[in-house]
Amino acid sequence: MHEMSIAMNIIDIAGEQASVHGATVVHAIHADVGALAGVEVQSLAFCFEVAREGTPVAGAELVINEISGRGRCQACAADVPMDFFVAICPECGEGRVEITSGRELRVRSLDID
Amino acid sequence: MCDSCGCGQPDEAVTFRRPGEAHDHDHHSHDHPHDHDHPHHDHGHSHDHAGRIVTVERDILKRNDLAAARNRGWFEAKSILALNLVSSPGSGKTTLLERTITDLKGELDIVVIEGDQQTLNDANRIAATGASVLQVNTGHGCHLDGEMIHRAVHELTPADGAVLMIENVGNLVCPAMFDLGEAAKVVIISTTEGDDKPLKYPTMFAASRLCVINKTDLLPYVDFDVEACRKAALQVNPGLVFVEVSCTSGQGLDDWYDWLRARRGELSG
Repeated sequence: MHEMSIAMNIIDIAGEQASVHGATVVHAIHADVGALAGVEVQSLAFCFEVAREGTPVAGAELVINEISGRGRCQACAADVPMDFFVAICPECGEGRVEITSGRELRVRSLDID
Repeated sequence: MCDSCGCGQPDEAVTFRRPGEAHDHDHHSHDHPHDHDHPHHDHGHSHDHAGRIVTVERDILKRNDLAAARNRGWFEAKSILALNLVSSPGSGKTTLLERTITDLKGELDIVVIEGDQQTLNDANRIAATGASVLQVNTGHGCHLDGEMIHRAVHELTPADGAVLMIENVGNLVCPAMFDLGEAAKVVIISTTEGDDKPLKYPTMFAASRLCVINKTDLLPYVDFDVEACRKAALQVNPGLVFVEVSCTSGQGLDDWYDWLRARRGELSG
């Protein structure tokens, strides 16, 4: 259930940034969540619904942009999709695949007035 | 972020105790950077109305990562080797620590932070070895975080050159997300667990530098294939190093101690 901690961090960041930008209302929080970031998106959405109550972003919707995992094979340089922490390249069958995307966990933007 | 998870409990629910202390001796409450002058929002607005978009680009775990970076700098300045021990409950982390502290007494100055949801039980076991220990009880929280470790080390005040063993809450999922400032994560798996656990919980095995396969004395009695476990773990982390140990018979512990000495040797001072 670390998704609750993640949700609370999102709310803190959004509340702080809304204040910085002089927002009177936060309509939506756009967050990037990578497929390999270790976060369950449905669980995060549920936790956000609970955790936003009574905060400056209580009326905000959390819009999660899921980023699929990709990696680059260190042996054959193939760019391969990764939906799991597989480390063997499906193209050349060897080599170590380094994750190039899918670990993102960030608040990207706010929709405010 | 409150030092909590899953329940919305306040920070005060996390306690820091040494063995023998009935209560948390320093009720603290760290500030939350909430802006209480926040603008009043309109609960009745419609979400299809888009306002202006402002770019934020902020890492969600930044606050924890900053606390971890501060810890890491402090450890480096004091030549402290900090290790984050992670596993399922019951893998034998505390027994491994008891044995290690006893066997390396006089060679390594080992201090311990024990993370559990409740009780001083593990801290009492460590204290019985003579090592300095602090128990962090996370309440309902499922992991330690960088800020808890920051506070814990300032209460423990490990000496320069010490080895700080952080026994995380028994949980193979959440602790993988939270950097504590450690030099390395050490994942422990015991032979009474499934040998496919590295594939079931890949995040933790991907994040760790060493895998300790514990309770090897039970191999004749359990359906655990060491090679299958290694192979599964290497799939998610090709650079993972293994030691196979039994804290009961002592078999393999020298490999673990050699790994500790090597990591200790990597630090200056």
